[in-house]
Amino acid sequence: MSSTPHFPIYMDYGATTPVDPRVVDAMIPWLREHFGNPASRSHAWGWEAEEAVEKARKDVADLIGADPREIVWTSGATESNNLALKGAAQFYKSRGKHLITVKTEHKAVLDTMRELERQGFDVTYLDVQEDGLLNMDVLKAAIRPDTILISVMFVNNEIGVVQDIPAIGALCREKGILLHVDAAQATGKVKIDLNTLPVDLMSLASHKTYGPKGIGALYVRRKPRVRLEAQMHGGGHERGMRSGTLPTHQCVGMGEAFRIARLEMDQDNAKAAALHKRLIDGLSDLEQVFLNGHATQRVAQNINMSFNFVEGESLIMGIKGLAVSSGSACTSASLEPSYVLRALGRSDELAHSSLRMTIGRWTTEEDIDFAVKTIRENVAKLRELSPLWEMYKDGIDLSTIQWAAH
Amino acid sequence: MAYSEKVVDHYENPRNVGSFDKGDEDVGTGMVGAPACGDVMKLQIKVNPATGIIEDARFKTYGCGSAIASSSLVTEWVKGKTLDEAAALKNSEIAEELALPPVKIHCSILAEDAIKAAVDDYKKKHAQ
Repeated sequence: MSSTPHFPIYMDYGATTPVDPRVVDAMIPWLREHFGNPASRSHAWGWEAEEAVEKARKDVADLIGADPREIVWTSGATESNNLALKGAAQFYKSRGKHLITVKTEHKAVLDTMRELERQGFDVTYLDVQEDGLLNMDVLKAAIRPDTILISVMFVNNEIGVVQDIPAIGALCREKGILLHVDAAQATGKVKIDLNTLPVDLMSLASHKTYGPKGIGALYVRRKPRVRLEAQMHGGGHERGMRSGTLPTHQCVGMGEAFRIARLEMDQDNAKAAALHKRLIDGLSDLEQVFLNGHATQRVAQNINMSFNFVEGESLIMGIKGLAVSSGSACTSASLEPSYVLRALGRSDELAHSSLRMTIGRWTTEEDIDFAVKTIRENVAKLRELSPLWEMYKDGIDLSTIQWAAH
Repeated sequence: MAYSEKVVDHYENPRNVGSFDKGDEDVGTGMVGAPACGDVMKLQIKVNPATGIIEDARFKTYGCGSAIASSSLVTEWVKGKTLDEAAALKNSEIAEELALPPVKIHCSILAEDAIKAAVDDYKKKHAQ
């Protein structure tokens, strides 16, 4: 599963995950013979499709301790984020117009918040600590009498840190503020029980948890009731919250993926923890190498490291047998380094020098050993090529240099 | 990101990696770029004082594959050239040779700046 001929070893599970073969098998019948529209109430084609969708809805709900009636199908976590934030802000705008979020959120949240600013809302973007975690005092200080919604992601997609959602939720309850949590990277990795976790809205993705791309869900709490203004109109599906014919095969896929995740989370996490340690141990004796994000308040599946004095894109070019991603500007369309790493207070050099490795269900020890070997070799080679490494070795303090930038 | 064969070649087999002693009279050193931008190039030339011809060159680069290739290529090209010929090197020639895509053109510009800076440094050392 981790490599096909001519393709590098996959260590970019944070970008997307392979669809579990068991999920594919579950989906196929709903593309072939059983193609009915789940909203067709008048015949068996529709009834069986509806039954499959409702079973899948329950499987999604069970992974997070929710009631199936609290699950709204969407096209993915990006749409869920849009629906949650725009839907809640617009519904509750008579209560206030202030929203709070964090600088390290996914673009799906940040760009939606920018759009809400354009629509007349006030948004505060909070800083995080060097370890990527939100400080509760910073959050408390940002709350205003007119704050109606706070959005904080469960697990960060770039650095893997886990925010203290129980504490943030308790604070929101106390202040009567809605809490939205983007859990796209969290399902199957972190135990979530919405019976006890005080979260009002939660975005869920399928393709980060071994399900197909193009489907997701939004958890919308019933007790106490949370209301949203729909963003997709046309038929009133999903209790009026999200219109559109449900893609039976996609819902079945996400349901099966979440069912498997519930049963196999513990073993997946145990394996990931061992592989995480193997990777860290293999690189720990390298000089000037830094882990980005809190060392333990994180998911094991994510390892984001900066290799000082080596630029990220050139490193990725060298480790061509490995598929990873970088926080380097060169690999994004702009020349700006990762905004998440900058929010940690990382210097531009360290943000340019980072590698994000994310492992998953089919990563093996051999994959990790290969990764360690190729990273060590290429870091050494690129440091030989690097004028910054040379200056560091000569004892020059790079922060004192006047650079002749072009 | 698909790299041209030539960029990959320079990355796998960089030419003239290393350093001269920058205190050496016959050496001109150019250091351009900034870590904040993700690109720093150090280019050095060793000049024959009698003929004014660049006899040898060395480079070290912190940057992406295209940046490494651009500076490696420059060290190959300037050997055997006079100082003025080397300073006349155009980034467009580098970009064309390496088939750089538009988003990587700035790497060739930086390499042009680097060789000009090395030539300037040598000339300053020998200004009468």
